Amino acid sequence: MAATEVTETPAPVVAPDAGKRRSLTGYVLILPAAVWLGLFFVVPFYSLLANSLFDPNGSVLTGYKVTYHFANFWHALSDYHGPLLRSLWYAGVATAICLVIGYVLAYAIAMKAGRWKNVLLVLVVAPFFTSFLLRTLSWKLILGDNGWVVNTLQAVHVLGSNGRLLATPVAVIAGITYNFLPFMVLPIYASLEKVDGRLIEAAGDLYASPIRAFGKVTLPLSMPGVVGGTLLTFIPAAGDYINAALLGSPNQRMVGNVIQDLFTTTGDYAAAGALSVILMVIILALVVFYVRKSGTEELL
Amino acid sequence: MSPEQPARRSAPTRRGVLKGVGAGAFAAASLGVLPLFSTPDRTQNPNTCTTRDLSNVDHSLDVSNWPIYIDQDTKKRQSTMTDFEKRYGINVTYNEDVNDNVEFFGKVVNQLGSCQTTKRDLFVLTDWMAARMIKMGWIQKHDPGSVPNLDKNLLSSLRHVNWDPKREYSAPWQSGFAGIAYNKKLVKQEVRTVDELLTRSDLRGRVTLLAEMPDTMGLVLLSDGKDPSSFSNSDFEQGVEKVKKARDSGQIRAFTGNEYVNDLLAGNVLACFAWSGDVASYSNIEFVVPEEGMMIWSDNMLIPNLAAHKANAEKWINYYYEPAVAAQLAAYVNYVCPVEGAQQAMEKIDKSLVDNPLIFPTPDYLKQTHSFMGMTEPQVRLFEGEFNDVAGA
Repeated sequence: MAATEVTETPAPVVAPDAGKRRSLTGYVLILPAAVWLGLFFVVPFYSLLANSLFDPNGSVLTGYKVTYHFANFWHALSDYHGPLLRSLWYAGVATAICLVIGYVLAYAIAMKAGRWKNVLLVLVVAPFFTSFLLRTLSWKLILGDNGWVVNTLQAVHVLGSNGRLLATPVAVIAGITYNFLPFMVLPIYASLEKVDGRLIEAAGDLYASPIRAFGKVTLPLSMPGVVGGTLLTFIPAAGDYINAALLGSPNQRMVGNVIQDLFTTTGDYAAAGALSVILMVIILALVVFYVRKSGTEELL
Repeated sequence: MSPEQPARRSAPTRRGVLKGVGAGAFAAASLGVLPLFSTPDRTQNPNTCTTRDLSNVDHSLDVSNWPIYIDQDTKKRQSTMTDFEKRYGINVTYNEDVNDNVEFFGKVVNQLGSCQTTKRDLFVLTDWMAARMIKMGWIQKHDPGSVPNLDKNLLSSLRHVNWDPKREYSAPWQSGFAGIAYNKKLVKQEVRTVDELLTRSDLRGRVTLLAEMPDTMGLVLLSDGKDPSSFSNSDFEQGVEKVKKARDSGQIRAFTGNEYVNDLLAGNVLACFAWSGDVASYSNIEFVVPEEGMMIWSDNMLIPNLAAHKANAEKWINYYYEPAVAAQLAAYVNYVCPVEGAQQAMEKIDKSLVDNPLIFPTPDYLKQTHSFMGMTEPQVRLFEGEFNDVAGA
């Protein structure tokens, strides 16, 4: 970037000046991103942090003051560890299912689809043309108690005669899996696409069975996609509340639902802020741990 | 964590110490700026937070109401709103932007709390939220003598609410009951009590309650023999415990807003707490007054501070308290009509509705109804919080 700047201004410039301009260019170029991050990440983040340290005796109407009330964290944890753990559990299961389905799908598209590749990719992305909310609501219709899915499952005795799918963990995890699948497929596809076919051929030439070639060549080369995909799926899934609200019942309440209620209905900003910060810290810790591990052989 | 970094090494390096000091200073500065994010006290005084009334110059009126809550123009009859516009030469901007008390509160809290205009002259909110706003000083009194029809025609049972004892700030738009409804086609045995709803095994997993705390908890308090207009914290906790038990046993499927109607019709839900007006018009659905009694609530017209057309808003309130107008409105919305004399006026509009107790309750019918107490701010927090820990989804 800096180099082009210099070549574009062929007029003789005094050396120190050029150096100054070069360094300024960098700052100017970073400005839009910095302003964006400052406005939409740093400020809200500090606001959230402030919320978590509010005096819990305040209220929306009479005002909240920051009193560095660190006990908020403890209260939030002891009151809401249930939904918190449930969120991590649901998100983890959904991510695992997404990984299995997503890897197979991405592999098929990248390696075996031939001329159908683009069509299949469009099909993966196609659900995004409809709103997230509408798609989740339509699952509510599909999985309805008197819908054909439940009736069929009851007929073949997978579900008891009084069994149901809606308002169960199955429905919530299925909803999360469905909604976040493309976020898993696309990064894995992108890494598989880049795998050099000649390497797999070479593995075969060296008497590796197809399975061994996959384990030694394809899988390691696709790891960046797997890591990216799991992060893109797990992080939003852990904070998701739409699926639990629409497809679950109060027994499937996730931490996102709790935070939403605390902020809106109850107006308990202190607990809501503390819980949000706790969720962020947990996810951050998990991600750091995961990314560190995934850099080594241990993950395989 | 950074300040500990130097200590980890055997001898702290200069760079390590500097890093630690820097990180410490950053953390301290970060904590230092947090008080900037404190939220202000939002109490206002309607006597000082005022503006000039433009009603005489600018013949318009901005109203915010709930969806499907007013009659429409048809070929046979013009709507009450069109009639109002013609009669007074006032141009009404009618917005259906109140979907939820809490959500609407979020829309206006910053303006009303800092004495800025909401650009609305009148909006309609349920009792407990109306009580809250009046207490915060966000709502203006009616000018004396400006709403004679309200003073004359308001149903006597709605006249004395403890949060607005003389109805100086509020005027019910419509009222309604919260009781039990069930799907007649799918449920063989009538659901008569709240306890049956919360425990009967043939309803397991097919029951919804209302997310609106006062309605659900009011009905539960009644089932425990408590008075929803005056109860103690421990009464409330006992009620919440009852709901929690039903939830944990898998009896309750969800806590909902109006959307329960679709699930009830589709058979996903067999029985539920319901609002009278929602289910009055479906033949498959039976509305039941629980044996221990049911809840009555009102949605109230309120004129916020800095409303630019206050006199026009008062004309609107007064207009909707004419019996003939109220009857026409009630015939469309099917909720409880708060206007005395509308029942007689209904004879001319729709005879079949005259004797419907869900629209024109008799004094005997009203005896079974109870209203929820006006809550103080700490009570709102406490009760909403306890309820949401069980009901939130």
